[in-house]
Amino acid sequence: MQLLKHENEKNIGELKVGKRILLVDGVSVSFDGFKALNNLSFSIDYGELRCIIGANGAGKSTMMDVVTGKTRPDEGHVVFGEAVDLLAMDEPSIADIGIGRKFQKPTVFQNHTVFENLELAMKDDKRFFKTLFSKLNSEQKDKIEETMKLIGLKELYNSEAGILSHGQKQWLEIGMLIMQEPKLLLVDEPVAGMTPQEVEKTAEILTSLSKENAVVVVEHDMEFIRSIAKKVTVLHEGSVLAEGSMDAIQNNEKVRKVYLGE
Amino acid sequence: MNKESVIFKILKNDKGGKIVLSILAVVVFVVSVCNLFVPSDSAFYISTFTVTILGKYLAFALLALALDLVWGYLGVLSLGHGAFFALGGYAWAMYLMRQIGDRGVYGNPDLPDFMVFMNLKELPWFWYGFDNPLFAFIMVMAVPAILAFVFGWFAFKSRVTGVYLSIITQALTYALMLAFFRNDMGFGGNNGLTDFKDILGFDLSSDSTRVGLLIITFLCLSAGYLLCRFIINSRLGRVVISIRDAESRVRFLGYKVAHYKVFIFVVSAILAAIAGALYVPQVGIINPGVFSPLFSIELVIWVAIGGRGTLYGAIIGAMVVSFASTYFTSALPEVWLYALGGLFVVVTLYLPKGIVGLISQLTSRKAA
Repeated sequence: MQLLKHENEKNIGELKVGKRILLVDGVSVSFDGFKALNNLSFSIDYGELRCIIGANGAGKSTMMDVVTGKTRPDEGHVVFGEAVDLLAMDEPSIADIGIGRKFQKPTVFQNHTVFENLELAMKDDKRFFKTLFSKLNSEQKDKIEETMKLIGLKELYNSEAGILSHGQKQWLEIGMLIMQEPKLLLVDEPVAGMTPQEVEKTAEILTSLSKENAVVVVEHDMEFIRSIAKKVTVLHEGSVLAEGSMDAIQNNEKVRKVYLGE
Repeated sequence: MNKESVIFKILKNDKGGKIVLSILAVVVFVVSVCNLFVPSDSAFYISTFTVTILGKYLAFALLALALDLVWGYLGVLSLGHGAFFALGGYAWAMYLMRQIGDRGVYGNPDLPDFMVFMNLKELPWFWYGFDNPLFAFIMVMAVPAILAFVFGWFAFKSRVTGVYLSIITQALTYALMLAFFRNDMGFGGNNGLTDFKDILGFDLSSDSTRVGLLIITFLCLSAGYLLCRFIINSRLGRVVISIRDAESRVRFLGYKVAHYKVFIFVVSAILAAIAGALYVPQVGIINPGVFSPLFSIELVIWVAIGGRGTLYGAIIGAMVVSFASTYFTSALPEVWLYALGGLFVVVTLYLPKGIVGLISQLTSRKAA
């Protein structure tokens, strides 16, 4: 199994800005005859911050499920880095190779403290016999401290995550994502329930993360998207309707038709 | 680092565990002394019957502890944990059977009584090696561990969870019960294995052997408790609790959930099996009734009543319910099953954290 992991790591290839990190090619998924994804194709480059928008049922969440291994598509390819076939891997292996995900509904571990939540998310050897004896070294402790400061939960480090407010849980999720040190971040509705200041801070964090990674954000908040995105992909009925800068998208006739009914 | 400081470190921040283990240590000590060193006509004398009862309940407590590890922390409700207990018990009983030698009713030096009765000419192959206590003890742990591993591997790999998993565990123990009831399985059929004479060269009917078994059971329970606490305190323990609370989220963090589940399930099965091996010499018999789903369900009730997800709550629950059962079944035999059922309903409805939850509620109210 370790061998397999090395093989996969080699297959990622060298990651540098401007090079493709994720390729979704001709992916279709259907549930009971309903086509959630219909021949969906797009790609993400390293160092890019991409926003994906689309109405409910356009296939945004299904797309994330496919990339992270939760849903197996009926056809198509999903390739990470140069040649890692994500469709052959399960969720933990995909997470391990460097794809992190933040869920729409924050799912933090209610019975663990803020600190423990970040500890569990931390990039480390996650095989069970390693975790039985693993201890945090000072470097790892510093990393957790640093992340707690960044997400503004330093004072609450010893509080159980279950008592946090919705906004704080969102932050904790973002913190967990950072702890994972993924190369590709899939972020589902990061600013729901946040104050304007918090939205601004989230935009800052995501932008800085995208410099040395790749970030894909699914959001409904157009204001937010306008503030962070250089490139936007619009999904409609399971495939790409349009792709381009925010201005180009807003002036795109097809998009206007679907969205505004013009 | 010496031994004491390791124990102290594991029990740090575990007030309940310290209290429960200390009380049990005192009780075991007092009972042992009052049985062996107090003359039998004194008012302070404690009968050997009581020694054995206490030892049996400590073995039950270890079994409850094993269940709490998978149910309280991993969130897997096993309704067949009695199977691991029974397999451990049978393996050790086979050793005890071989110790009888030619002292059986038929006086056959090579075959246990029930085999002579069944007209067997020679020992079945799977009884080989059980003359050796070390081999037998390894089998006590290995057989249930392998069963738990194979069962867990298939169930957890294919992501069977919740009530479906509970039903399969129930079916597992039921199937084993039916198998062990058959005479030609070679395990004594519905009579089970009994008439043990001695254990490791000590006479099983002597008071000092009984007290020795009580003390060993207590030590095993304590060691089992420390092991469980160590596991729960580790990062692995935190992953396990996370699996209970949000299984799919754990996968997206890169943990192979099935491996963690199998590990905990196997550890729990081994603890349950050791409990079974401790139970057999003290009770003096094991029969397929221990495989019955009813026993496994009663075990779940012990843990629920004591308070699940605390470890020491499981010990309290097993002891309290077992003693209540001994008292009621002799004083008011027809009431007991209704009382047990009623207790379970009351606990589920009003005391979700069991006796342990009630105690901590009362003490925090007092403090406030």
